[in-house]
Amino acid sequence: MHHVRVIFRRELAAYFASPVAYVFMVIFVALAGGLTFYVGGLFDRGEADLRPFFQFHPWLYLLLVPAVGMRLWAEERKSGTIELLMTLPIRPGEVVVGKFLAAWVFLGITLALTIPLWITVNVMGRPDNGVILAAYLGSWLMAGGFLALSTVASALTRNQVVAFILGATFSFVFMMSGLDLVQSLFRGWLPPILAETIAGFSFLSHFNVIAQGVIDLRSLVFFASLVAAGLVINAIVIERGKGA
Amino acid sequence: MLSNLFPRTVTDFIFGERRSKPALVEPSVPGALIEVKGLGKRFGSITAVDGLSFHVKRGEVLGFLGPNGAGKTTTMRMITGYLPPDAGTAVVAGYDVLKSPIDVKARIGYLPEGAPLYGDMTPKSFLEFCADVRGLHPAGKARRLGMVSDLLHLRAVWLQPIDTLSKGFKRRVGLAQAILMNPQVLILDEPTDGLDPNQKHDVRMLLKEMAGDKAIIVSTHILEEVESVCSRAVVIAGGRIVADDTPAALLGRSRLHNAVMIRVAADAATGAKALLQTVAGVATVEAAEDNGPDGTAGLLAIAEGGADVAAPVRAALTKAGIQVREIRVERGRLDDVFRTLTAEPPSERAA
Repeated sequence: MHHVRVIFRRELAAYFASPVAYVFMVIFVALAGGLTFYVGGLFDRGEADLRPFFQFHPWLYLLLVPAVGMRLWAEERKSGTIELLMTLPIRPGEVVVGKFLAAWVFLGITLALTIPLWITVNVMGRPDNGVILAAYLGSWLMAGGFLALSTVASALTRNQVVAFILGATFSFVFMMSGLDLVQSLFRGWLPPILAETIAGFSFLSHFNVIAQGVIDLRSLVFFASLVAAGLVINAIVIERGKGA
Repeated sequence: MLSNLFPRTVTDFIFGERRSKPALVEPSVPGALIEVKGLGKRFGSITAVDGLSFHVKRGEVLGFLGPNGAGKTTTMRMITGYLPPDAGTAVVAGYDVLKSPIDVKARIGYLPEGAPLYGDMTPKSFLEFCADVRGLHPAGKARRLGMVSDLLHLRAVWLQPIDTLSKGFKRRVGLAQAILMNPQVLILDEPTDGLDPNQKHDVRMLLKEMAGDKAIIVSTHILEEVESVCSRAVVIAGGRIVADDTPAALLGRSRLHNAVMIRVAADAATGAKALLQTVAGVATVEAAEDNGPDGTAGLLAIAEGGADVAAPVRAALTKAGIQVREIRVERGRLDDVFRTLTAEPPSERAA
């Protein structure tokens, strides 16, 4: 735990030591706000809730979370600091978890910056705040899922651009796995049960459930196991790819 | 049993490294802090390191030499637990790097090749991070940080981002990180690369000072560094050891060991050369490579089998009445020995 905390602190500080954090936060909040008002039509609906806000989160994450995750390992490999890190008396798993948590908390902080929207709907009407809280938590959890995929992508390469594209692609496949676009890839040759399983990986359907204020245990388990699997794969990829 | 089914990382990840019985390995050479046992590493079809074995005792500074691509960095990466070896293992301070990597890493101060650092951090925050990972308690931390910053003259840049520092400062921050915990074992990959002559001198002095209670491995291209700081030198080429000796003994292998260099007026050179060739024990006489003052010529009388011929040479010159501007006995040249040792015989290339 001590090591995870040390890595976590360094990584979180690293985000804020460069303009990356501020650029990211400003763009996320601006995009989220713009989409909510102009595309989602928050005011025109005449309903006091944040559905128009949350419905765009998967798309925002698809674009922005790979940008947060891409530097996590690719940068260490490019600059050679991974050798420094991995010759300190620390287990790879601790580094993997510490790095993930730092990026995840950073995404949480960014998400928290949209709280003025929440206040706005409370000023204008009487929303169901329980639903909104659940949606916030669900959104953060989903961000963790996107992040797990992006960190694996980052571990696979020393090039941050490649890491970004891979991360976005992995995320897209998972996000859309319930839709025909991805399903038609599998339906022809996979047994229906497996195709169904893949459809069950869809971020969109899991998030839609949570965004309605329903904390579905299946969705929680889905995102949690996705994160866990991502971290284990991450550790293996790092161990294998050292020095290469 | 589970560990046989899954890659080591997965079981490590879930269950943690089994730390209950850190298996201490008795060194096979008394006093050896680093023992390299038949280390081997292949990258695809290329054999980078081919069954290396050597040891370093407490108090020894081992110079690790070899041409680029000889396998120095790969060997150091295996000793420090960064790269898993394909064959053999290394034992550091009684711990096997394959069985207890964390125990080994805790006992090594390591400067990786190129001294990689986190550019967004300051020397202060970077060294604090390293101290935290290594579990230094807060009181000791401030003291150690102050100590290494003074030793390596980092005070002036203590709070500047590492990205903005000069190469010399970066290298010294890397060194500070390596010596931070005052480890028993230091492994430094080209510690003086990129430093100016004064900084090189400082680092060499530092290494000499610290040598007493540590085992140190220094890889370098700079041969005079080996002569000035190392108590032993291991030369590798093509992943194999081609020499393991003291710097003095390596010098003894030089063709120029005990050669006598004389400098005479240019017009006397031909006569002197003919004379020297007649002296007993002198094998050949060559023109010296270095340029002396104008109007003089240098001659090198190379002794047969490295014997000491200084006295007969001087006697012959005096007897012939040749005015000698300068005379000295060569100790030999390491670069000369290095070239002879590491020039690959053509037959091995095919293999």
